[in-house]
Amino acid sequence: MMAARRLTLALTTLGGLLLLTAAAALFVGSAPVSPRAVLSVLGGEKREGIEAVVVLSLRLPRIAVALLAGGTLAVAGVAFQALTRNPLADPAILGVASGAAFGVVVGQLFGLGSDLVAAVGLSAFAFAGAMVAAGAVYAIAATDGRLPIQTLLLTGVIVGLFFSAAITVVISLLDFNRLGGVIHWLLGNLAPVSAGSLAVFAALAALGVWLVLGRARELNLLALGEESALQLGVDAERLKRRIFLGASLLTSSVVAFAGPIGFVGLIVPHLLRGLLGPDNRLLVPAALLGGGVFLLLADTLARTIVAPAELSVGVITAFCGAPFFVYLLRMRYRGVP
Amino acid sequence: MSPLVEVLGLEFAYPPPEGRRARAFRLSSLAFSIAAGEVLGLIGPNSAGKTTLIRLLTKVLEPTGGRIALDGTSLGTLSRRELARQVAVVPQEGPPAFSYTVEQLVLMGRYPHAPGRFFERPEDLAVAREAMAATGMLDLASVAVETLSGGERQRAIVARALAQEPRLLILDEPTAHLDLRYQAEVVGLLRRLNRERGMTILLVSHDLNLAAELSDRLLLLDAGKIARVGSPEEVLDEALLAEVYGCPVSVEKSPGSRRLLVQVAWPDASDEGG
Repeated sequence: MMAARRLTLALTTLGGLLLLTAAAALFVGSAPVSPRAVLSVLGGEKREGIEAVVVLSLRLPRIAVALLAGGTLAVAGVAFQALTRNPLADPAILGVASGAAFGVVVGQLFGLGSDLVAAVGLSAFAFAGAMVAAGAVYAIAATDGRLPIQTLLLTGVIVGLFFSAAITVVISLLDFNRLGGVIHWLLGNLAPVSAGSLAVFAALAALGVWLVLGRARELNLLALGEESALQLGVDAERLKRRIFLGASLLTSSVVAFAGPIGFVGLIVPHLLRGLLGPDNRLLVPAALLGGGVFLLLADTLARTIVAPAELSVGVITAFCGAPFFVYLLRMRYRGVP
Repeated sequence: MSPLVEVLGLEFAYPPPEGRRARAFRLSSLAFSIAAGEVLGLIGPNSAGKTTLIRLLTKVLEPTGGRIALDGTSLGTLSRRELARQVAVVPQEGPPAFSYTVEQLVLMGRYPHAPGRFFERPEDLAVAREAMAATGMLDLASVAVETLSGGERQRAIVARALAQEPRLLILDEPTAHLDLRYQAEVVGLLRRLNRERGMTILLVSHDLNLAAELSDRLLLLDAGKIARVGSPEEVLDEALLAEVYGCPVSVEKSPGSRRLLVQVAWPDASDEGG
């Protein structure tokens, strides 16, 4: 089949790009590690010393988090866009990321103990926050079962602002010593997490991707409008609930482990749609790989652009994403009064 | 022969409106049938219940009473997919939210035939191409739907409905917003489908002349009730239409043929001066 062949081609290309980017990122960083040293660590000749620590305990986990978070965010973007039938939808713009972030800071108030408990607990708080925010946006913006774009975007911004304010309240209750860490996390950063946390993150992301990818064909039909989808045999209500759940899970898992990183879910699906077309059966797997490549590039830039200091990756994605959003908005309304 | 569609004592009421000014709408005790191979024209004023009836026939809405049977099977016992394999709708639909091609749009009509599959099968593609050929859309297969003209888009949606391989084709205002040439094309296409494939058609239209031209029988709805069912000659009655539409109507037989010509009996401009 045509579509299947194109999927194979897209995944092979993006997979190659991903491996290449990941390999390159191993050699880049603020610590002075020579390429030869990186190779000897990777080759297993060097297992101790500063170089081994930098490559194996700093760079490698960070690359893994970047790939996972980027792919997850891009799939969340595709899912929200299909759900709202709107290419401008994104977890951050819809306020869902802020809801998840609020959940995380509330979770941190409780100071969840050991690492793995904290990972699971914070994810649960983030998921609850994301569901509340997404539910609020949907309930406020829906008129007669439809989601008009202006209302949806405005509602997302308002709900996002509300949760940002709520986050500020919780932060002022936090212990002063923990303030810096929380703020660093709020800007979105891919600090290495432990292997256990990474496993929890990956499991949640995999569940979310499965929820979305398993209904990719039905999501295509949703683009016709709900009534037409129903008349073509799609159980639209069940589909929407499943995608809503999946997209919230994807968003909240990233927020819990890497903070609210904006615009990845907007930029990556848009670029891929230009290359592959709107078929969600191609778009979802391609976004999983493409989002990873994008966020890894952004993070590598964030680590090196002001070296030896480093920027939060969320800053880079916002600097790319905000003008991109304006461009999309202008394109969409070009010629429309 | 038992009818393809049988509607018995059908009742439906929308939930009470929230706004005090909104009027409650209901369909009450509708009974009619559509024979296999027939073209039934559904006509009536705005808010007579035509769209509601389509939604009930396609399980978008559930009736509050009575029953609809498709070939003897109650609609309530059919799954959405089973229904979509037998009943296809050509709705008044804008372009898709994303930039799908004509072929992708038409392939969506194959969804009810191969659920649970990630990609369409080769036979799905064959059916879709055949549907595009029948509607003259093969040359435009790889064109984005939103760049089509109104008439082309209408034909693409008809092709999607044909890809469902339905027994009943429901068309909601198929010629609305189309110019004369496209209207003629749609009429020709529907007539071919009916005569060559024996497709049963339910045609919903504001255009009484178009409905009369294509339909074996007309069903006139008025405020949720059936005002009359019968041949075009029986239903297109000056007194009845004037009462249902609330304006003077003239029905003429065009000379030399049995065609009916319905139009508003416009008052003379000179009469309005006073």
